[in-house]
Amino acid sequence: MPANGEVPAIRVEEVDKIFGNDADRVVALNRVSVAIEENEFFTLLGPSGCGKTTLLRLIAGFEQPTAGRILLQDDDITRLAPYDRPVNTVFQNYALFPHMTVEQNIAFALEMLEKPAAEIDQTVTDMLRLVRMEQLRDRRVDQISGGQQQRVALARALAPHPRVLLLDEPLSALDYKLRKDMQIELKRLQHETGITFIFVTHDQEEALTMSDRVAVMNDGNILQVGPPHEIYDHPSERFVADFIGDTNFLPADIIERGGDAVSCRLESGEVLAVPAGVDLPDHDRVTLAIRPEQVTLCETAGDATLQGTLQDAVYIGTDTHYRIRLADDSLFTARVQNARGRAQLFESGDRLGIRLDPEHVQLLKD
Amino acid sequence: MAVARQKPFVIRHMPGFPTLAIVCFFALYMPLVPLVIYSFNAGNNIALWEGISFRWYVAAWDNELVKAAAVRSLVVASFASFFATILATMAALGTTRTRAYRGQTTIYALINQPLMVPEIVTAVALLILFAMIKEATGYHGYAYLIIAHTAFCIPFAYLPIRARLEGMDKTLETAAADLYARPWPTFRRVTLPLMLPGIFAGAMLAFVISLDDVVITEFVKSAGQDTLPTYMLGQLRRVITPEINAISSVLLLISVILVTLIFFLSRNKTA
Repeated sequence: MPANGEVPAIRVEEVDKIFGNDADRVVALNRVSVAIEENEFFTLLGPSGCGKTTLLRLIAGFEQPTAGRILLQDDDITRLAPYDRPVNTVFQNYALFPHMTVEQNIAFALEMLEKPAAEIDQTVTDMLRLVRMEQLRDRRVDQISGGQQQRVALARALAPHPRVLLLDEPLSALDYKLRKDMQIELKRLQHETGITFIFVTHDQEEALTMSDRVAVMNDGNILQVGPPHEIYDHPSERFVADFIGDTNFLPADIIERGGDAVSCRLESGEVLAVPAGVDLPDHDRVTLAIRPEQVTLCETAGDATLQGTLQDAVYIGTDTHYRIRLADDSLFTARVQNARGRAQLFESGDRLGIRLDPEHVQLLKD
Repeated sequence: MAVARQKPFVIRHMPGFPTLAIVCFFALYMPLVPLVIYSFNAGNNIALWEGISFRWYVAAWDNELVKAAAVRSLVVASFASFFATILATMAALGTTRTRAYRGQTTIYALINQPLMVPEIVTAVALLILFAMIKEATGYHGYAYLIIAHTAFCIPFAYLPIRARLEGMDKTLETAAADLYARPWPTFRRVTLPLMLPGIFAGAMLAFVISLDDVVITEFVKSAGQDTLPTYMLGQLRRVITPEINAISSVLLLISVILVTLIFFLSRNKTA
């Protein structure tokens, strides 16, 4: 809920979306509720088929929910046609009108809204400047590059100044370098226009870099909503931890429940005291999630939490990934940043200790 | 390094393919060659060459019956292709721009039925039906010919329009709706301009088909309503002169020009 007491830009309330009927029905969205704040860069993140694009299409009005409501600020827009919603979309394939010039594409929505000619002309000029495309105003859209088409699609969707801009994996067709540039560009556009952005992607890195908040989706459900660091550091369940970044999952049993901490025994025998999450499960079987970069390796057992034997080390430029075989024969990955001029720290077959800060261990109910 | 790679199947590389292709093209176009050559014959015989001359073109041009039949053909073809194109455009929109509905395949088959039903059957059926209407109303005008031609031209106009619509990205119409265009402006500003080459191709194809029709016209026409093809058929029962060759060559030329235009319009450049 909004801390500043403002009405959220978009509220999705208990929305179901079911495709097909009877025998071959597919539940695309299952009781989904989420509130997206004004002027927020909000990302729907999940694997393909998780329902993120369906949710976006419901907000745009291209589909109708089977049940539930969608509100734009205080207005119920659930049954409104797309052309009656002050919401615009940047499509995955851009969907620029091929028989029109860049200018005609950007002016389209303004003409449909019957704005005066002078205003349309001014807005087109402003939009072209905003996306840095002034010199291509009279080009046909099939005569410009993919990256430029992307910018025209953005300008076209922003021109009528929608209350919410929806972006359906708009960067997936661009190459790596261009994608990186556009990520920064999108952040800048959102900042300059002050429009609420709802961004759909399956790329976790993209989601973490650009978003104010991320909703992780799977199988028609929203699993967790929060700022990127919270999603990354405190995943609420195994799927979230697994989908975002690399994670070591260690099965464990709770052996003692204290006030702020619980003691867990790992399969490999070690006992670990970890901070108790807000909702501790009733059962004792849990999983501990540990990020590979949040551990340190040491040569001797000593004060290390876990011990194992180094299986192999993979050098990948900025980091080296060490795979360590634990006492229960499972593999644990540790990522150590490489320092300039320093060789690999350990050799295969070395006995070594893994030191971890209990703060960096996330307890997941299983 | 010699890697044994399996050759992809390319029909052009099959043994005998060039020969077969040449034989086919020869069989298709060879008969047209003497037709065109003898249209320039100076003599009265369609098979005996007596020197070059344009006299049969002049004769055809001066023949009032030929002129009247040619005008009739053009008028009927214009009206029929116009109406057929409008109906075919609506049919194409109805079969591609709607949610899938029950019986869609049946409707598709029904639209293309004139391609399957033997033309002589349609001709006889129309003869009987129109005879009944003529009896009841006393009207004997050109409407029968135009209606009959419109009917059998619909599938020919429909196919290129439908192909064009199917090749068009439906997201474009979604995008137009997203950008505040209601259904009619979406159609006028996005769908129609993009399907226009298909509509032109369909209209021209319908025009050529109507212009060339013999069977249905022969059955449906009233006295004095000969089109160019039925006039030529009538001439064959009498003395054949190279005048027929000359008329045929002109019809051929018109068809070639229109079909070439259709070919260029149907090439899918955008969308």
